[in-house]
Amino acid sequence: MNELRLGEFYEFAGGGKRYLYLVPSGAIFELGEAAGAVIETLKSGPRTRERLLEDVVAHPAPDVAEAVEELYQTHAISHVGGFDEPVQKAPMPFPLQTLVLNVTNQCNLSCKYCYEFGEDRVATPEGKPKFMPLETAKASVDYLIEQSPGRRSIHLTFFGGETLMNFPVLRATIDYAREKAHAAGKYIDFSLTTNATLLTPAIIEYFSENNVGVTVSLDGNREQNDALRVFSNGRGSYDVIEPKVRELLKNHRTRPISARVTLTSNNVDVTSIYRHLRQDLGFHEVGFAPVTTAPNRLYAIGSNGLDRVLDQFTELAHEYRDCALRDEHHGFSNVSDTLSELHAGISKAHPCGAGLGLMGVGPSGDIAPCHRFVDSDAHTLGHVSTGIDRAKQADFLDRGHLSQKIDCHTCWARPLCSGGCYHEAYVRYHDTGRPNLHYCDWIRGWTDLCLGIYGEIAARNPKFLAYFDERRAE
Amino acid sequence: MKHIRAVNQKAVRIEEYIASAGDDVFALQEGGESAPHKRPHYPMGCSLVFFPGWEVDSAGGTAGLCQPVERDIYDCYISCFWPAQVPDHLNNYPGWTSKCASATKDWRNVDLVFP
Repeated sequence: MNELRLGEFYEFAGGGKRYLYLVPSGAIFELGEAAGAVIETLKSGPRTRERLLEDVVAHPAPDVAEAVEELYQTHAISHVGGFDEPVQKAPMPFPLQTLVLNVTNQCNLSCKYCYEFGEDRVATPEGKPKFMPLETAKASVDYLIEQSPGRRSIHLTFFGGETLMNFPVLRATIDYAREKAHAAGKYIDFSLTTNATLLTPAIIEYFSENNVGVTVSLDGNREQNDALRVFSNGRGSYDVIEPKVRELLKNHRTRPISARVTLTSNNVDVTSIYRHLRQDLGFHEVGFAPVTTAPNRLYAIGSNGLDRVLDQFTELAHEYRDCALRDEHHGFSNVSDTLSELHAGISKAHPCGAGLGLMGVGPSGDIAPCHRFVDSDAHTLGHVSTGIDRAKQADFLDRGHLSQKIDCHTCWARPLCSGGCYHEAYVRYHDTGRPNLHYCDWIRGWTDLCLGIYGEIAARNPKFLAYFDERRAE
Repeated sequence: MKHIRAVNQKAVRIEEYIASAGDDVFALQEGGESAPHKRPHYPMGCSLVFFPGWEVDSAGGTAGLCQPVERDIYDCYISCFWPAQVPDHLNNYPGWTSKCASATKDWRNVDLVFP
């Protein structure tokens, strides 16, 4: 058939302009009037090019013909039958970019929702080292450098457990990695996540001097934080961390410090959490994530709760937009992360870099797809001393490839989501390759919100988007 | 592009790709590989190329041809040098065009001949 039909896209508006978010390419085009008229006409059904030119009467025929051609070339409209999108697999072996070292699986807090220790843990740490020895950390660094051919910039991230419980190894690893990376002609970047309970002035000074990125896990003010973030005796952690966080924010001057909040059923007041962390404490950015959990846990957020979270995300996101239009920084990092991906036009065959350019390493040296799977026998992909088992890696990646997620194939939000977190899927469905169907509405709602904001910024203050050009530069 | 505007980085890449794909190789291309604006070389006049489909002017249309396509067999046979492809008007078929007073109206009357 020689008829033209609408291609796959999500239409949105912002700042008085009409846009198409093309799927699967992830491209964003602003529609002119003639192009918009072509799209409107095709909404009533496919038709031949000649018929289409006849039916769009509000614009001169040469303009309509050009608009049709431009829309056709970008796949915003296509022939009935459409284009074949080939299944593209990542080239193997894929060069590493980031290793996440779980320098310990021990923690001085007992947060009730923790995926590492809580009811939904996937780790099987029995009989394995609790703290990563320096030799294992050094072997990990060597492995990262050796397995990142062609990459000028590599990253080492420390995770736990509580990372600062193994600070001596962490510090020695940074010193070692910097030396090795320099010798290999690479730039290496360091970051870590901590609960802040063990920060000292000396540690803060070391982080600042060594340009180490720090993310602090905490859930809001005293009441919000202490509901679930407690020591093993049940005592809340807020009073311990608050002065240390203030000192960190005051004395770590080389990198912006962000807070990472876990939302649970009784802690979904996003706006007040944000106000406290950004304005009272002074974090540069605050990021939120709903807890990863089986649906029957008391702290799991049900669909009503997610709706409420989305409402509050919307309020904060609009604040972000207003700041962006005035060229001001706003610290709601969920928005900046999504805008950054929308600006690049990312279209993912895999939901994230886990098992590809990113791997997690447990205290034993076992390699896992990411830090959330370390110490889990079922998910081990290899060991830093012997390398990655390529067959296991291929199996993990093949199962998680978007082409396997039939439910996603009709969803316009798949370029960014690609089925969602492997770990979340494993906790919910016991299969890393399953799409996370429980939060589809949430993802589409959020992507729609961010597209609208992107469109408004693109229309009214496009120079703000240059910030994202730099952000993704490698 | 005039009617849609590339906004994000992916859209810019797609636009660049389309622009570069437009620089394809044409039949009878002018100027070779290095020509900045590749376009076909349309032969001037009607007699340089005898393929159907090449009866176009230098702009790719028919307006600039010396004869409109409806008239070319008839008129070329009288005034131009295309006699090898039409009946021999001088000796064997002097009346071939006798029913065709106005070529644009009567061209259907210019019929086949069977020697």
